[in-house]
Amino acid sequence: MKGLTYFSITLLFLILIGLIYKSVPILKETSFGNLFFSTEWQPLKMKFGLLPFIISTLYVTIVAVVISVPLCLLSAIYLSEYADKRVIAFVNPLIDILAGIPSVIFGIWGIIEVVPLVRDYIAPAFGITSSGYTILTGGIVLSIMIFPIIIHVLLEVFETIPEDLKSASLSVGATKWQTVKLVILRKAAPGVISAIVLGLSRAFGETLAVLMVVGNVIMIPISPLDPGYPITALIANNYGEMMSIPLYDSALMLASLILFVIVLIFNFISRRILKNIERKIA
Amino acid sequence: MNINKVEEGIFKVLMKASTLLVLVSLFLIIYSILQKGLPSLSWAMITQTPKGGFFLGKGGGILNAIVGSLYLAGGSTILGLLISLPVALYLNVYRTKTSRFADFTRLCLDVLWGIPSIVYGAFGFAIMLLIGLKASLLAGIFTLTLMVIPIMVRAMDEVIMTVPKGLIDASYSLGATKIETSIKVVSKQVLPGILTAVLISFGRSIGDAASVLFTSGFTDRIPTSLMQPAANLPLAIFFQLSTPIPEVQDRAYASALVLTVIILLISILSRIATKKFTKHKSLV
Repeated sequence: MKGLTYFSITLLFLILIGLIYKSVPILKETSFGNLFFSTEWQPLKMKFGLLPFIISTLYVTIVAVVISVPLCLLSAIYLSEYADKRVIAFVNPLIDILAGIPSVIFGIWGIIEVVPLVRDYIAPAFGITSSGYTILTGGIVLSIMIFPIIIHVLLEVFETIPEDLKSASLSVGATKWQTVKLVILRKAAPGVISAIVLGLSRAFGETLAVLMVVGNVIMIPISPLDPGYPITALIANNYGEMMSIPLYDSALMLASLILFVIVLIFNFISRRILKNIERKIA
Repeated sequence: MNINKVEEGIFKVLMKASTLLVLVSLFLIIYSILQKGLPSLSWAMITQTPKGGFFLGKGGGILNAIVGSLYLAGGSTILGLLISLPVALYLNVYRTKTSRFADFTRLCLDVLWGIPSIVYGAFGFAIMLLIGLKASLLAGIFTLTLMVIPIMVRAMDEVIMTVPKGLIDASYSLGATKIETSIKVVSKQVLPGILTAVLISFGRSIGDAASVLFTSGFTDRIPTSLMQPAANLPLAIFFQLSTPIPEVQDRAYASALVLTVIILLISILSRIATKKFTKHKSLV
């Protein structure tokens, strides 16, 4: 039992060490700047510029969070403060189901519904011809994928707000909405931030759904209606050929390492905040 | 008219609209999969393996992917349970619930939970090469197991935490050892919770493609040993969708429908298990 517990802790460090070990060859060969600030991706010529992929990942993630957060915040406030029990009993299981739907299903849905929506309506509205496979499409699909995690954490955070605090606010004559706005939201701010960060890190590492709808064109996307090529898609798309070209696998492992480290930091920070909130209540 | 009232009214409408939008998106996803998938779903698709040229629109089905998915998810869930249950029990019975060590373990597991499955895939692939394993059912199961351990431990941990301390103390006071308490008292109390954890990780591993992309390989046949490559549903969907032939693309939608139905069934089962668990708790 003890051994297995230590193993599960070590796993985290094993992954980190493994990825670092595999990324070292390329870091030795090429300079940091050539890897992170170059847009040239030509593995055959040993050019491994990761910038387009990093920018695409950030872009898609930001679009997803911008769409998702206001909707989740409003829904969570509604569910925790306004909705009656029957609504909650109906909504909660559905959100759980949404959380369980596999990435590939979101991807397929993106192709069926969101790609045509962007191609036929959104892009023409801005006078742009687009295949529909864009950063925006990826962002929309991702935003729905991260609904459950954000709402779930938000609901837990709102639950930790002491009832006394609410009644105190109401008893000095504040309306329900004023209480929500000035007391609950302020008190819950750290928790809200960690919910957002958790959603962010989920969106960051999402692979298949995004890969299927963002177009996978190596370029630095400027407009949300440009195609992009996120890091996860880069790794997933190239596993077949990476063994035959020198340093290719090392470059892809470095890409995995970047994902790992960023997600690790995000997760660590938000879990810490949530832990502190819990402790304060207890 | 009070400005505050107006503001509250506006936000109330917005809040209801947001909640509705979240729900509608769920229904929309299921609806479009149904609508696109049902017409192409046939008996042959779920009872036959691909015949030659399946991805070019010729005959056969996706039985290889269905069975492969069940093998992968089943194997990793069983292996995951064997590792996770002792960890969850250790965290709660052997250590006091609030020890620093337990806290640290939980934090590590939470962070592991958040790691993208493609990173598990890349890591699993590196390990696989290191020990000289080929892309196979076994390698896929190993990688998925690593991915489901944090999910399972944390799910069971949450449930075991709710076991009343009095019950554990009572067991000790009757002279039971820690291991006896873990197995005979705590495990029995949390059986439905363990079932839920099993179902959650089964669902996760059946739907995940990124982690087994490099490790399980892909084949038209049903694997007969752990060393053979295995297909899975998400990848079958993905491959069918990337062919230019409309007929094969339609089969991707049908395959997506199969996967969705499996996931929904698991979802419903775990709901039932959770319900049972809460009933159980009220008796204690």
